[in-house]
Amino acid sequence: MQVRCMFLLFCALSLLPFGVSAQEEVEIKIAFVTQKVAMPLALSNLLQDAEDLGVQGARLGLNDNNTTGRFTKQKFILEEKLAPEGSDVVAAVQDMVRTGQKLFVLDLDGPALKAVLSGVVEQNVLFFNARAQDNDLRQKSCDFRLLHTIASRAMLTDALAQFMITKRWSKWFLIQGQRPEDQLYALSLKRSAKKFGAKFVEEKTWDGARDARRTAQSEVPLLTQGADYDVMMVADEIGDFGEYLMYRTFDPRPVAGTQGLFATSWFWTVEQWGALQFQNRFIKQAKRGMTDRDYAAWAAVRSIGEAATRTKSSDFKLLNSYIRSDEFQLGAYKGRKLSYRNWNGQLRQPVILTAARSLVAQAPLEGFLHQHTELDTLGFDRPESQCKEFVK
Amino acid sequence: MSKYAPLGLLAFSFFLSVSAQASIAYVTNEKDNSVSVIDVEAQKVVRTFDVGQRPRGIIMNKDYSKFFICTSDDDTVEIYDAKTEKKIGELPSGKDPEQFALHPDNRHLYIANEDDALTTVVDVETGTVVAQIDVGVEPEGMAVSHNGKMAITTSETTNMVHWIDTETHELFDNTLIDQRPRFAEFEKDDSLLWVSSEIGGTVSVINVADRTIAKKISFAIKGIHKDRIQPVGLRLSADGQYAYVGLGPANHVAVINRKTFEVEKYILVGRRVWFLAFTPDEKTLLTSNGISGDVSFIDVASQKAIKSVKVGRYPWGIAIKP
Repeated sequence: MQVRCMFLLFCALSLLPFGVSAQEEVEIKIAFVTQKVAMPLALSNLLQDAEDLGVQGARLGLNDNNTTGRFTKQKFILEEKLAPEGSDVVAAVQDMVRTGQKLFVLDLDGPALKAVLSGVVEQNVLFFNARAQDNDLRQKSCDFRLLHTIASRAMLTDALAQFMITKRWSKWFLIQGQRPEDQLYALSLKRSAKKFGAKFVEEKTWDGARDARRTAQSEVPLLTQGADYDVMMVADEIGDFGEYLMYRTFDPRPVAGTQGLFATSWFWTVEQWGALQFQNRFIKQAKRGMTDRDYAAWAAVRSIGEAATRTKSSDFKLLNSYIRSDEFQLGAYKGRKLSYRNWNGQLRQPVILTAARSLVAQAPLEGFLHQHTELDTLGFDRPESQCKEFVK
Repeated sequence: MSKYAPLGLLAFSFFLSVSAQASIAYVTNEKDNSVSVIDVEAQKVVRTFDVGQRPRGIIMNKDYSKFFICTSDDDTVEIYDAKTEKKIGELPSGKDPEQFALHPDNRHLYIANEDDALTTVVDVETGTVVAQIDVGVEPEGMAVSHNGKMAITTSETTNMVHWIDTETHELFDNTLIDQRPRFAEFEKDDSLLWVSSEIGGTVSVINVADRTIAKKISFAIKGIHKDRIQPVGLRLSADGQYAYVGLGPANHVAVINRKTFEVEKYILVGRRVWFLAFTPDEKTLLTSNGISGDVSFIDVASQKAIKSVKVGRYPWGIAIKP
């Protein structure tokens, strides 16, 4: 009942036009927290990641919010915090909470994000996860303070599975790396295979002892010989060897997963639904193409902006409940309005299926139906949710 | 009954004589950098000519002697002589022009600059920029009221209608509407403004007097998910009866009764229908269908699609010369 009254208030507010009369400007502070993670030098990854992944998306979202804010007398301020590698990011977030910061965009990997969730006791905060794709953060390790703008691994692998099923490539050969995230990705692929009716006919692990650049041509044929499969699925999140599977398999087979045809929340090949303008604005600002982390940070900052515009408020409680409400919708260049799942806080969104230089498809693919929204064919749907935090 | 037959015949021959003058539809092909020229009576493409890069918005001037095209990737508005169909000039449009509207004075062109969050006002006679007005993120829809007193820009990411005083070139109000507003048109008496919201999936009808939303119209087509119903192009018939709305990937044009604001019909057209244009007699409505690369002809009397004509890749805007 209380909730409904609040929305009546929104409705009443939204009938008022935004005049141009002088009215005091309100400030809305958003914290952006990132931490660099030590990465081994990926062998096949000849290009280094940019140093400013994520934050550039947040900055673009801030500009968008402030352009709108001119008309609503709202000024958005981004406090950027770059926690050095290995430093105590929990303490950094706690410090910001202590100074009254309540809205956070977290560009942190899974372990760091979990540490923040358990280290920060304050309940009156809103965290946006703009980086960690871990499935368990949407399931058992979910947290009511946490919304996810980056797609989960489950959403990515479900998108791939829908594509493969559409193509009738249902027999999969799995090659996975040895890193923990590769195993999580492989597990997610298996979940998706089961969900959509694909099958793993063979599984191998890339042992990582050799430099794929020198040996792939001779080793991959041996590794892939003998199996009867439709598509080579690779689980190699840091790009250690996955790029070296294409053209080297024993039989002529396509490669998909983390390389070849890959699934992501965003890529520079997306250009429909006004995305071209969006990509151009980003390139102009960042001098590079937009990645999934940039997109997720942008979507988080824009979610706050959208809530502030619609509620005409800077009040944390009002913004937080509006973002989670049925009223909330975010236009985000994917041809659908996006909103947050109320059973685990995941932003429901189409997933991009792309090759390195061309867009291949966008999931959900046609024919995968759902009683509420086809977007919920990707990732954890309500009936399978193990997130208890959100139902309390 | 027989008494009326000669009258009917007379009317028929009258329309025949009008049609002898053959209306011409110009359709911009966004991905071909060209314009397809359709003979509306013959219902076929009679020629195609090249224009600048990424042509989108296209309009005729008030006396149909010229037409203007937003060539978005060239950051210009090209001017064409309507008789020769040759380019006779360019206007400084600001960056990435997409849609525009001509003031009733036939002189001031209001252009939405999508990349720069600006509306640019250009004097088409002197070719100079008269004003640039800060608006919301990704301005797109443009309309000027029939009395010439105000212009509006819609911004796709800010989700507002920005109201511009055409005397002072300053904003005097902003109205927040549903996600991704694309196109706007004033009622003939300037009492109401109709605006489509592509991602919101609605059409808002706004009271011009106080800039509040009078009515919000939603759509439902059996067998098509509501997220795929994405209103973009919109036209109001001169007789005051109907509004026609192109519903994007839903591949239908909605027919809205302007007295009741109820949707009365959905007309199936080509794929990804965006913009619409009436023939001068308003007997036919043309639609640009981006994905199927064609133009549908809707017979307004029967509210049926009667023909589709193949044009170039990604047809975008349509302008019709009597």
